Amino acid sequence: MTGFTNLIQQLINAFSIGSLYALMAIGLAMVFGILRLINFAHGDLIMVGSYTALLVQVAGMPFWVAALAGITASALAGLIMERVAYRPIRGAPEVSMLLTSFAVTIFLENTAILIFSPISRAFPAPSILTAALKYGTLRISSLDLIAIGVAIILLILLTLFVTRTKVGISMRAASEDLLAARLMGINVNKVIASAFLIGSMLAGVVGMLWSARVGKVDPLMGFYPVLKAFVATVIGGMGNLPGAVLGAYVLGFLEILLQGLLPATLTPFRDAFVFLALIILLLFRPNGILGPTAREKI
Amino acid sequence: MLTLKDVYVFYGHVQALKGISLEVQEGELVALLGANGAGKSTTLMTISGILRPRSGSIIYKEHDLTKTSPEDIVQLGIIQCPEGRRVFGGLTVLENLWMGAAARKDKAAIQKDLEWVFSLFPILRQRARQTAGTLSGGEQQMLAIGRALMARPQLLMLDEPSLGLAPLIVESIFNVIRELHSQGVTILLVEQNARKALQVADRAYVLETGQIKLSDNADKLRTNPEVQRLYLGGPSS
Repeated sequence: MTGFTNLIQQLINAFSIGSLYALMAIGLAMVFGILRLINFAHGDLIMVGSYTALLVQVAGMPFWVAALAGITASALAGLIMERVAYRPIRGAPEVSMLLTSFAVTIFLENTAILIFSPISRAFPAPSILTAALKYGTLRISSLDLIAIGVAIILLILLTLFVTRTKVGISMRAASEDLLAARLMGINVNKVIASAFLIGSMLAGVVGMLWSARVGKVDPLMGFYPVLKAFVATVIGGMGNLPGAVLGAYVLGFLEILLQGLLPATLTPFRDAFVFLALIILLLFRPNGILGPTAREKI
Repeated sequence: MLTLKDVYVFYGHVQALKGISLEVQEGELVALLGANGAGKSTTLMTISGILRPRSGSIIYKEHDLTKTSPEDIVQLGIIQCPEGRRVFGGLTVLENLWMGAAARKDKAAIQKDLEWVFSLFPILRQRARQTAGTLSGGEQQMLAIGRALMARPQLLMLDEPSLGLAPLIVESIFNVIRELHSQGVTILLVEQNARKALQVADRAYVLETGQIKLSDNADKLRTNPEVQRLYLGGPSS
């Protein structure tokens, strides 16, 4: 029986962490799909949103107001990032865009260090988020359930968006063939801005859940999530939205699985084993699980 | 309707177009012929606003296209059906067709044009829910033309619509081009298949290494010895 409850507990854990990775990975995949840009600064949007939420809470506002403010701040930061940093170099070689994203990251993180100091601060989360639900020996944190629920709702909304709305379909078209999209009169600026807006809002949501989970914020907090999201998109197939989500959950399960299976002396090196699994996967599927194998038809 | 005057286009330092001048009148079907690398696709990409000329003018109904964005050019009524079809493989046939109407806002008319496209290419109606990547090459070409027609273009530019297709499919594509011409759509047709193109065109220009070499009525070009030798494979046509 304890083996069974343990399994349930670990499954929920894996689903919850996978959900956070998925919401992050979507933002990366959307932008990469259209621009071939790996936006490493995507992680810093988490930081921007979380600090904003922290400040609003310190100012005495309730958590839900702070969360909305945080998500809005992430969204705005994403839009500004696109307009100021990425639009001027659109069409530049991929390496230039990648380096620009590092520049944006360094700028944002150091700005945060200047304003808030490098020391982490406690992130107060309401009791509804930190509560633990008990069923016999099973203990489930409500935060895990909320993360899973929020991810499911957002994924459904996102699916509707990319299949039912004109901007959403345009986004898929632009990520398949940007030139053809331009020739059809699709407003590429609008589509790209929408991709950044949606990805940044999702990053903002992740920021709230992530900060509540770890209970603190710091200027470099975005590094770990964006790295994981990047790995997820590689697993699933770069620029492929269903692939990014699938890759995120695969990654989440892999991490929890290794955490459980590895002997205690090796658990500190869990991520090394995760990357080993990634290398093996890429040997067999270089374009990821859902990446293209052979497409062009003559 | 459309006038190019002395258009020069460069790829880096390489001269792709060396002073092209050409004209398309309303209702005409004009063919642009020439070998690989003569600058035919470059000409269309420049008209579409994807490439910008270093000098020269492109005037369409009093609009200066060299200063107009690609999406605004589509909104003005010029659309290009690009070489290699470039349908959106992961989108359904129906979604592809809607993307052709991306620059439009008149919903009811879009629905009517969808019926028009389906009547031109009945196979697309059958395939409407399939992803475009699963279509055959000929069907993809029909989809590419249908998608361009969804913009309700006043000037339709077709780049190599017969490329890589079986003879029977080529025949049906050219029948549609003829049909569109008779319905009054102005067409600028880029083709390597000069024989076929000169059969449907009113006039044609022959491009050679970025310059207009010849221009005349299609009938006259068909009997021009030089055109016969270089583009029609011998004097018997």
